[in-house]
Amino acid sequence: MSAESGTNFDEMLNADGTVRPAYAEYRQWFDNQDKGWLRRQDAEAERFFRRIGITFNVYGDDAAEERLIPFDMIPRIITAREWRKLTRGIEQRVRALNAFLQDLYHRQEIIRSGRLPIEALRNNEAFLSQMIGFTPPGGVYTHIVGIDLVRTGPDDFMVLEDNARTPSGVSYMLENRETMMAMFPELFTKIPVRPVSDYPRRLARSLRACAPPAYHSAKGGGGKNPVVAVLTPGIYNSAYFEHAFLADQMGAELVEGNDLRVVDGRVCMRTTTGYKAIDVIYRRVDDDYLDPLSFNPNSQLGVAGIFDVYRSGGVTIANAPGTGIADDKAIYSYMPEIVEFYTGEKPILQNVPTWRCSEADSLGYVLDNLADLVVKEVHGSGGYGMLIGPTSSKKEIADFELKLRAKPGNYIAQPTLSLSTCPIFTKEGLAPRHLDLRPFVLVSPDGIDITPGGLTRVALKKGSLVVNSSQGGGTKDSWVLDE
Amino acid sequence: MLGRAANGVFWMSRYLERAENTARLIDVGFHLALTRGNRQSQDEEWKSVLTTTGMLEDYCAKHDDFGGTQVFNYLLRDRDNPGSVLSMIENARTNARVVRTSITNSVWETTNEGWMHLRDLLARPVRETNLGEVLREIRRTGTLVRGALEGTMLRNEVFNFARIGTFIERADNTARILDVKYYVLLPSAAWVGSSLDNVQWDTLLRSVAGNRAYSWLNAGSMDPRGIARFLILDGQFPRSLLFSYEKIRSNMAGLAKEYGHEVPAHELLREAGAKLHQTTIEDIFERGLHEFLQDFIGKTIEIGSAIAADYRFSE
Repeated sequence: MSAESGTNFDEMLNADGTVRPAYAEYRQWFDNQDKGWLRRQDAEAERFFRRIGITFNVYGDDAAEERLIPFDMIPRIITAREWRKLTRGIEQRVRALNAFLQDLYHRQEIIRSGRLPIEALRNNEAFLSQMIGFTPPGGVYTHIVGIDLVRTGPDDFMVLEDNARTPSGVSYMLENRETMMAMFPELFTKIPVRPVSDYPRRLARSLRACAPPAYHSAKGGGGKNPVVAVLTPGIYNSAYFEHAFLADQMGAELVEGNDLRVVDGRVCMRTTTGYKAIDVIYRRVDDDYLDPLSFNPNSQLGVAGIFDVYRSGGVTIANAPGTGIADDKAIYSYMPEIVEFYTGEKPILQNVPTWRCSEADSLGYVLDNLADLVVKEVHGSGGYGMLIGPTSSKKEIADFELKLRAKPGNYIAQPTLSLSTCPIFTKEGLAPRHLDLRPFVLVSPDGIDITPGGLTRVALKKGSLVVNSSQGGGTKDSWVLDE
Repeated sequence: MLGRAANGVFWMSRYLERAENTARLIDVGFHLALTRGNRQSQDEEWKSVLTTTGMLEDYCAKHDDFGGTQVFNYLLRDRDNPGSVLSMIENARTNARVVRTSITNSVWETTNEGWMHLRDLLARPVRETNLGEVLREIRRTGTLVRGALEGTMLRNEVFNFARIGTFIERADNTARILDVKYYVLLPSAAWVGSSLDNVQWDTLLRSVAGNRAYSWLNAGSMDPRGIARFLILDGQFPRSLLFSYEKIRSNMAGLAKEYGHEVPAHELLREAGAKLHQTTIEDIFERGLHEFLQDFIGKTIEIGSAIAADYRFSE
């Protein structure tokens, strides 16, 4: 192993180079494998992904319309004890997020109490005034949440980001496991790994549990299963594979905006024999494109009038429109207060320390320390439009400073964390790379359901802290060990 | 199922069928070119391949001569040619992606793999030496996808729309091939069994993969009327017009059964099918083969459009 693993927490190795207990069995197996054979398996995995078409599209990149997210065969392993603590923390946070949304769109107690400044909502495009006073079916706002976690030490997991709009990546979690089980079946007989494969079934159950009033009042309603459809922007969307995959696994229809129209107060899809009502729409289309009548009038992706149907109880939209306000990076910095305000408990999972550049003191500090900080756009995603101080040139920092000074309210800053590493399999053998973890959380009136593990994203370049697939990151199978 | 999905499987099948038929036409054109020393008659053959596929005009806008390699590269992989085999395989695969949730993994994977393979094969200009391999791969992709459909799909609406697409396309293609070559089947002063005629007839049969079947059924003897009857009215030959219509009829019947009612396209198809069944080859020649084929092609387009409208393929 390279010396660099000594400077931060490594998931597999102790500081003295010995293997941590969670990885002991795996590492023993790994050391006994012929490396040439492993390399061939690696190539086989790539062919497998291409054949079944697990690809994503990169916007503005014509030459490579469909790319693979690189898959690394070394699993990321989480112990039962670690996972217990994580689930408690995630559950608390997700409960708080939903209570926060319910409050923001109703009485706004948190603002009245002075725990959240009104400025955080003002001029914030993620806050949808159309949602004010409306409670979604079952009281659920965020049916599907992805919580991005990073680790800096044995017991130090921190939340880097909440994804409360349309978190993606769950298909990779599922296919990575499939691939590992196909390539190395004997590992799963040796090591007790908790399964993830029932995620689509749980998702379907969770969505059906949120059927709208119109479903329950329809003639014969309650007898048949609620009709669920996945709304995709279409085959050119970067996550189309995932949309098709989930629809297929759930036995739901995969629909596009032009398949849908409002008929008699319901959202209906055009089938070969006429229009048929949908009860629950798992939309993978942004709020802004959902309804040209209520939001972006130029949208071709949504359904005219769907928002009125929603407000009158004709359909459930998952996630609810307007949930973006809860994962806004400006709101993120208030999450510790938010968790405490709604649960009455101290947050189990910590935030990454965050400076809000909208505040003069913080801005001063950030400007003085740009070279050491990570600065993010409040509304950005996918690793675009950010500055990573330590790896940027003087000129890049100077250019960024101009943008920051022009619109400080657009930015937050965080320290560059010493993210944990885990080895990846390279031509030269094992090499440590930084990673994060995105567990997937389902929320329904029946409760909160967290699939053991999630999506581990890993930087493939040595020393890189950016794990986003759009920036050349890869993924790993994530194992939660059974007790 | 969604109307858009029905449209997707219908066109997935049509594009694959068309790609396969184009490959077969190229194969025949190439064989003829090999057997003919005379440049002018070689050109005529390639020209007729371009006419059959409806690409003669676009081709001539770009090229001045009919060199074989140039023609088959245009038909197989020219980026400016929306009807090239590569474009059609891409279209088939794009449609398969659109309807991924309606088709089985086998159908998707064979379509996707076929596309990946052909995309690589067609990434560079095709030479005479590897033309055979390329054409074989194109036919193989069509065969594999049909096999996957046959072997893994529920016999439901999705399957029926896919099959209807295949046979609408096939009926159209066989009729067009015949129409471009119909003159070789007309009685002429020199028709009595000259070797040139024999080659022409054999070519015609080859371009619909019917040469072996025809010989089998007719103990090797060829006559133009028999060939025309075989390609139009034979109930056993899977590329004849009658056979294709019979398949469309049975798959449309499957839809009516599943949905519990018929649509206007059923009536249209019934009329056209009855007419075809009652026709004899003598009637056809008396009325004129070309006129008959033109009518047939027009009717097939009409039926395809009616199916698309009745089953709400688009808004």
